[in-house]
Amino acid sequence: MADLLFYAFAAVAVGGAFGVVMGRSPVASLLFMVACLASIAGIFVLLEAHFLAAIQIMVYAGAIMVLFLFVIMLLNLGHDYQRDIRGGVGIVIGFAVAGGLGGLLARQISGGTPGLKTALGTGDAIDAALLEHGAVGAIARPLFTDYVVPFELTGILLLVAIVGAIVLAKKGV
Amino acid sequence: MTILGLYLNVIQAAEAHVSWEPFLPGLIILLPLLGFVINGVLALSAARLSSDAVRAGREHDFFEGGRAATHTWPTWIGPGVMGLAFLLTVVNFVGMLGADLHESVIRTYWTWMATGSFEVAAAIQLDQLAMVMMLVITGVGFLIHVFSVGYMQDDPGYPRYFAYLNLFVFFMLILVMGSSYALMFVGWEGVGLCSYLLIGYWFSDEEKASAGKKAFIVNRIGDLGFLLAVFLLYVAFGSVDYVDVFGGAEDLFTYGGPLVTAVTFFFLVAATGKSAQIPLYIWLPDAMAGPTPVSALIHAATMVTAGVYLVVRSSLLFAMSPLSSAVVAGIGVLTALFAATIALKQNDIKKVLAYSTVSQLGYMFLGVGVGAYTAGVFHLMTHAFFKALLFLGAGAVIHSMHHALHHTHKDWDAQDMRNMGGLRKHMPITWVTMGLATLAIAGIWPFAGFFSKDEIIWMTGAMAGAENAPYAGLYTVYWVMALAAAMLTAFYMTRLMVMTFHGTNRTGAAEAEHLHEAPKTMWIPLAVLAVLSTLGGWLNVTEDLQESFLGGFGMLPMSEWLHHWLEPVTEAAHHVQETHLGEIAHAAPFGGGEVAWGVISTVAALIVVIVTSRMLATKDVPVATEDAEPTGFAGLLYNKWYVDELYDRLFVTPLQSLSRFCWRVIDAGIIDGFVNLAGNGARALGWVGSLFQTGQVNTYAFFITVGVLIILGMSL
Amino acid sequence: MLTESLILSALIFVIGTMGVIVRRNVIIMFLCIELQLNAVNLTFVALSRFVGIEGQLFVFFVMTVAAAEAAVGLAIIISIFRHYETVNVDNFNLLKW
Repeated sequence: MADLLFYAFAAVAVGGAFGVVMGRSPVASLLFMVACLASIAGIFVLLEAHFLAAIQIMVYAGAIMVLFLFVIMLLNLGHDYQRDIRGGVGIVIGFAVAGGLGGLLARQISGGTPGLKTALGTGDAIDAALLEHGAVGAIARPLFTDYVVPFELTGILLLVAIVGAIVLAKKGV
Repeated sequence: MTILGLYLNVIQAAEAHVSWEPFLPGLIILLPLLGFVINGVLALSAARLSSDAVRAGREHDFFEGGRAATHTWPTWIGPGVMGLAFLLTVVNFVGMLGADLHESVIRTYWTWMATGSFEVAAAIQLDQLAMVMMLVITGVGFLIHVFSVGYMQDDPGYPRYFAYLNLFVFFMLILVMGSSYALMFVGWEGVGLCSYLLIGYWFSDEEKASAGKKAFIVNRIGDLGFLLAVFLLYVAFGSVDYVDVFGGAEDLFTYGGPLVTAVTFFFLVAATGKSAQIPLYIWLPDAMAGPTPVSALIHAATMVTAGVYLVVRSSLLFAMSPLSSAVVAGIGVLTALFAATIALKQNDIKKVLAYSTVSQLGYMFLGVGVGAYTAGVFHLMTHAFFKALLFLGAGAVIHSMHHALHHTHKDWDAQDMRNMGGLRKHMPITWVTMGLATLAIAGIWPFAGFFSKDEIIWMTGAMAGAENAPYAGLYTVYWVMALAAAMLTAFYMTRLMVMTFHGTNRTGAAEAEHLHEAPKTMWIPLAVLAVLSTLGGWLNVTEDLQESFLGGFGMLPMSEWLHHWLEPVTEAAHHVQETHLGEIAHAAPFGGGEVAWGVISTVAALIVVIVTSRMLATKDVPVATEDAEPTGFAGLLYNKWYVDELYDRLFVTPLQSLSRFCWRVIDAGIIDGFVNLAGNGARALGWVGSLFQTGQVNTYAFFITVGVLIILGMSL
Repeated sequence: MLTESLILSALIFVIGTMGVIVRRNVIIMFLCIELQLNAVNLTFVALSRFVGIEGQLFVFFVMTVAAAEAAVGLAIIISIFRHYETVNVDNFNLLKW
């Protein structure tokens, strides 16, 4: 059952990804992206990362994609005189490079370097934490104890990003 | 003070009887150098003035405003240092007379080169041969310096002239006083340089500058021979000092062997270059482009004798190689005859004297080639006297002609004999002195040339009849050629005298008023040299001649003084000769003793002189502008047997084509092409690199991905 | 599930790379970069089951940073758009030699 769901989500994700790349209009690309993100969230659930799945939907698909949509609407795109996708040689090169990269990665995954398979052990490294603290607590506890410094730094980063975004987007600066 | 020193020296030497302390020998060399420095500084300060004057054509008005110090001081410094050097030489000579020297005295000043086992010291070597040469150089040089004061009086480059002349004497003294072949080479090159500087003295005239260039380049070819010989000597002996070479020569070289023949052959090449023998004589007639006193000093008395000095210094080596000696003699006599034929038809007074010098140098080479080293040096000495006199006299004539033609602004050549004639009325002192010199060079008794030339011709004949003579037939031919050349010498010199001084004056009536005798600074040296030309021959009268009336029946206190004087230097060579050639003959090839041939040659020369003067005195000579160029055999002689043209065709033009090829194809094409290729290659590479910078993010992303691919791929 | 997740993530990453190379619209290029980030997130989560909770923690941070980056990046794009009147990346070639 889980496998079937996984393959379904995977298919949607790949299809969405292709849609992003091949979409005719920017909004179409965006919507395909949302679909892709949603299916990836589904896969997160299957991989026992429930909190992250929720965060993915809420932040990524909900906030970031909406932001993209706002900008696309704001800029009133879609009336360009040039085609959006490179034709001919561009596609061929793109395919070639991407294919090469994919091949390499596939080789890696299917046992390129020894040690990946053997050092992993069983898939129950997080079961204990999940059981004890629940989905949210399993992430929150290390976040606020062992990794509190990166957490604070991320806060500062967000502050900087907000200020920067406002400054950059303001007219007449 | 000098007299006291002299006295003490002689007393000392007489007492010691073996060792002799030379008196400040280094100063003899340094004095001309000092003259060069001072005159050079004066020349540099006057350079701007004189070059402006020459460029603006104001040479003749250069001294309108009076003479500056730069043009009065050289009058005293130039001849002054020469006079002092001459005095010092005489002091040392007198000292050497008293001492009975068997080995040369060497004074080392510092070590010039020392690399590994090879060492060359800056040292001078004083022996009898060096002393003779020094006396000639400083003595005749001093007279010529005095003459130049008068001759170059109106030249804007006056201090530069004396600077170069002093520098020349400096190098010449190093040449004869050096104690090794390396030092001789320093002098050798230096005199070549000064010859170039002085021949091309009036360098603004392209022809004169080219003459200087030609002299230097032809000399250079000879220098190659010198260097090759010195290298061979170094390989053989490990040192190039005279003491080492001549001390070990008999042990290391085999008589007539390949090594000693090679060394002497290369020395011969050097000598033909410096002393203007066939095939490298071509520079000397062109060298007449320089001022006449320069021709007198360098191309009569001193520089051209450097080749003869080289052979005499290396007499031991030449005696050990009969083949080289025969070649030396052959080249000498051939040059003597060849140059004499050319002189028969020349019209420029200096050209006749130039070819005469080449011819007389040939005699000197004949002398040293047959092994009569003393005779060669003797002829060198007497030739210095009468040839310097002839050149200076010609200079006085040209000076006077130049003045006369300048007054009326006539555009004639002041040096062409066809424009002269009857000058004895206007220039009596010059006429008398040059007449004496002519008699001397023609070999007429009792003048100087008779004794020296006669001895050479006699020795040639004697060697032809030696017991084990290697090339008896060849030497007989040489003997005949030498006699023929002597007759030709008498002829062309008489022709020169008659055309210049006798007959009617062809210069023109207006000009003839301005023809005058030379000033005192010019005719006093002429007189001194005339006395030497007349009496100088009695220095070395051979024994046979002494008994006859030619030698004064033995009543005069004359003897083979030069022969005895030079014996310590030449005895090694003579010893080798006696061992291998045996006793020399006492009769000439076709019979007759020395006295008989002496009488025959002087009478024959006298007949030639008288007949020629009679023949030419009545002949009508056209002036230069109206004369046509001779044709036929006379034309061949007039055009110097077309040797210059032949050399041009054979060597100069191919060399120029080769140079042009090297320049255009190799240098500008290939080498510059490579350099340009490097630059263009860098540009091309840069252009290819610039194609990657499209400014578009996509391209950059692409390249990043490719980079990742490569890194991932490499890590597999 | 691990191997399949990894393959999926590789696939999405590669598609994202192709999108960056092929598209001319700068906003869509940005979107493709987000795709790549998501693929990496998937890898982290897939492996965290075997290695520890740190994987999911890292994904948390990645998402945060992606959000910040998206905000700033889009602000820049708006700024550029004001100057060029277009978001076609071929026109942004001031770095061309």
